[in-house]
Amino acid sequence: MSEEKLYSLRNPWFSISVGITVAIAVLSAVAGLIWFPLLQPNLKLSGIWDAICSAAGVPGLSTQAGAVPPAFKTSNVVMTPEMLTRQDQVSIGRGATLAQRCAICHGPQGVSDANSPNLAGQYAAVTYKELNDFKTGARVNVVMTPFAANMTDQEMRDVALYYAYLPRVPSSLVNPNLTPPAIVVTGAPMRNIPPCGSCHGEIDVKAGSPWLGGQSAVYIKAQLQAFASGARRNDISEQMRNVARQMTAEEIDQVARYYEAQP
Amino acid sequence: MLINKRLILSHFWLAFIVFGAALVLGAWQMFVRSPLNAWHFNPEFYYRSVTAHGTVMGYVFPTLVAMGFGYAISEAALEQPLIGRRWAWAGLILVAVGSVVAMIPVSLGLASVLYTFYPPMIGNPFYYIGVVLVVVGSWIWVALMSINLAAWKRDNQDKPVPLAMFANVAGSYLWGWTAVGAALELIFQIIPTALGLTATIDAGLARVFFSWTLHAIVYFWLIPTYIAYYVIFPRAIGGRLYSDAMGRIAFILFVVVAMPIGVHHLFADPQVGAGLKFMHSVFTGLVALPTLLTVFTIVASAEIASRLRGGKGVFGWIGALPWKNPIMLATALSFVMLGFGGAGGLINMSYQLDSTIHNTQWVTGHFHLIFGGAIVIMYFAIAYDLWPHLTGRALDSLGMMRAQLWLWFIGMIVTTFPWHYVGILGMPRRMAFYDYANPAISPQAFSVTMSAAGGLILLTSGILFLIVLIRGQFAARGEAGAYRFAIPLHMPVRIPVALNSFGLWLALMIGLTVINYGYPIAQLMVLKGTSVPAVYVGAAR
Ligand code: HEC
Ligand code: HEC
Ligand code: HEM
Ligand SMILES: [Cu+2]
Repeated sequence: MSEEKLYSLRNPWFSISVGITVAIAVLSAVAGLIWFPLLQPNLKLSGIWDAICSAAGVPGLSTQAGAVPPAFKTSNVVMTPEMLTRQDQVSIGRGATLAQRCAICHGPQGVSDANSPNLAGQYAAVTYKELNDFKTGARVNVVMTPFAANMTDQEMRDVALYYAYLPRVPSSLVNPNLTPPAIVVTGAPMRNIPPCGSCHGEIDVKAGSPWLGGQSAVYIKAQLQAFASGARRNDISEQMRNVARQMTAEEIDQVARYYEAQP
Repeated sequence: MLINKRLILSHFWLAFIVFGAALVLGAWQMFVRSPLNAWHFNPEFYYRSVTAHGTVMGYVFPTLVAMGFGYAISEAALEQPLIGRRWAWAGLILVAVGSVVAMIPVSLGLASVLYTFYPPMIGNPFYYIGVVLVVVGSWIWVALMSINLAAWKRDNQDKPVPLAMFANVAGSYLWGWTAVGAALELIFQIIPTALGLTATIDAGLARVFFSWTLHAIVYFWLIPTYIAYYVIFPRAIGGRLYSDAMGRIAFILFVVVAMPIGVHHLFADPQVGAGLKFMHSVFTGLVALPTLLTVFTIVASAEIASRLRGGKGVFGWIGALPWKNPIMLATALSFVMLGFGGAGGLINMSYQLDSTIHNTQWVTGHFHLIFGGAIVIMYFAIAYDLWPHLTGRALDSLGMMRAQLWLWFIGMIVTTFPWHYVGILGMPRRMAFYDYANPAISPQAFSVTMSAAGGLILLTSGILFLIVLIRGQFAARGEAGAYRFAIPLHMPVRIPVALNSFGLWLALMIGLTVINYGYPIAQLMVLKGTSVPAVYVGAAR
């Protein structure tokens, strides 16, 4: 056995196995990278090299050109899970001063009695993003927009960290024993609605999803209707519009009352 | 000659204990998402459970079986004590520690990312680190198998390597190389993101790396089963192996063509070009070859055994087979499941047909039938065959063994046939909740209930299996004799170097990997802007 030379073209095991392998690889490459792509007129290939690039998956240059820009402003915030997760005492201090302007509507402790959204204990990244969107015009509200319009990026970060630092205050309607509506726990797969809890907490928290517990039912309902009608469209990749559009009026009522009663 | 019996037995016991636990989770999963369960709990538990079940059944259990069986083969086939005994124990400890490290965050709900990792979802780093430890432990085994073979070859220059060891080493090389894909994904992409060193991850590249592992890992699961077909089955039924060379060729083919085909798991992914998908499909077609060779050779071996026992006629010989023998029964049932599963596999491997069942429950039904059915039933057979030699006590509950194997077969059919069917109806996989009251889903309710019943049958069979093994540990002592493998019809005296060594085949394996994976990987690594923000699961509530 030992005298037989394996790596030699004269050894049929070597020549045949390598030959067959190379032949299959070459034939499948020729068929897959050249022949089949050229058979497809809709690819509009300009030649063999073009066919190879297309079939190998080289990204085309033309993809960007065809995109139609939206007729409205979209959010320019890039949301990451790390955004504004570090506490910063100096920043919080500055935020406390800035927040005095906001207290008439959002409450001195970040909790409002007037159906303006509560901000106390909200994730800093959320507050920052919403302010940014008000400022750029991606989210529009006649009452709120003017307050964000003149804020600098640093000011928005400071207020956001300040409100995140304030403790959440449960509403007077709190009732943690309320059974969650089905849409919160299971979503509605047939309508492509994931469980609210998979982004907004209880199941998982996904970056940029606001904390909803204790928010007034009136506000939640108004926002869901705004998402559904397209009046609010600052949510990145239509995450919320796709959900809200598919919800029934009854479900919107249920979730609004449910979240209002959560701590 | 089995010397390190405790080492081998420890591998098998750990394998079957984790298998039993994961089996309970499997049956529970099937039940909670069936109409039998009034939905009232957090769906996150479902994903926790599927992550644990998949990780144990996919990574830990088969790896331990392959390792334990591999050590047994090395000692019994080469007739030499295992070299590197301490290393082998270290490998086992790494696998055990890795499993625990991985399972703690999973049970706490910090890593419900499923066993395929699913980036950009990112869980607790310890989950991935645990999986890496399991793989590193198994790489020790890979190294030991090749060291033991090399030592034997040095002392037995003119003898052909016994088929059992040849196949075993082939499997270990295949695993060593295919695990590299997932290891690269974990070490260079996922773990840095999980540790917070980077906030974005190239999910497309990660999926390509994972596909590198994902196909050949199924052959790694399968190889102990095929080894049992070739070297246990013919001996156990009192026959001979029809062809030794055919066996070698089958295992060589697995080594060469199992690798360059993983992109068939990415048919629906945009980051790989259509031409490369086609090349992977062509090689995918070729992997049917070793299985066809095996079916032919093993059926021929069965016929030899039957005719030796006086079996007659064109089909009459089938009746004369020793059907009361558990190994006979297991192999036959395994073949039936392999046949059905293989037919399903033909659908998966074709680009067009695959699109109709992609990401549906068809896929889970399919791999449970092949892996949980055809493959695992032979793991049972291997355990039954080895146990008396490892414990020095006879396994005498033959009736119970047969009942257990039948229950596994029936349970698997009852579970997986409806499972395939609901997939065709469009039931998506990896979902915790199905609203069976919805008219579009209600036609699936009956089939899912049937699968849940099948799950209970499987659980019963699993429990029975453990009872047989435990009883075996306490049976009366009895010398089982030397552990031997099947003898071929024609004992090879001289065989071509090609069928007795791995260099050429490993070169082809690596060469084809480079051809079929080189470009997609290089392109995705070079392209800028292909990363997306990580989505951390189990974040602060
Ligand atoms: C005159 C009342 C008023 C004042 C003052 C005001 N806001 Fe608002 N704010 C609102 C209202 C009303 C909304 C809800 C807008 C909507 O319905 O779209 C809102 C929304 C917000 C939101 C979005 C909350 C969410 O959960 O989406 C943020 C963040 C916010 N305000 C921050 C501030 C900050 C910071 C200040 C001070 C610089 C401030 N607001 C001052 C009335 C006010
Ligand atoms: C895929 C994740 C996701 C799911 C699922 C989801 N949301 Fe949201 N939701 C978000 C994000 C992200 C925002 C913030 C949008 C933005 O950028 O302004 C949001 C915003 C909201 C708001 C506005 C809050 C505010 O303070 O402005 C409400 C109300 C809301 N979601 C309710 C729901 C309900 C009810 C459900 C379930 C039916 C649901 N969401 C499901 C991600 C999700
Ligand atoms: C009682 C028997 C079993 C039942 C009822 C069962 C059931 C299940 C269920 C319901 C899932 C989740 C499917 C999904 O949601 O997509 C699953 C996943 C899985 N099962 Fe099993 N299983 C059983 C036995 C086995 C066995 C014996 C194996 C292999 C040895 C196995 C391997 C796997 C793997 C690898 C996954 C992961 C799939 C994924 O993440 O999509 N299972 N099983
Ligand atoms: Cu595959």
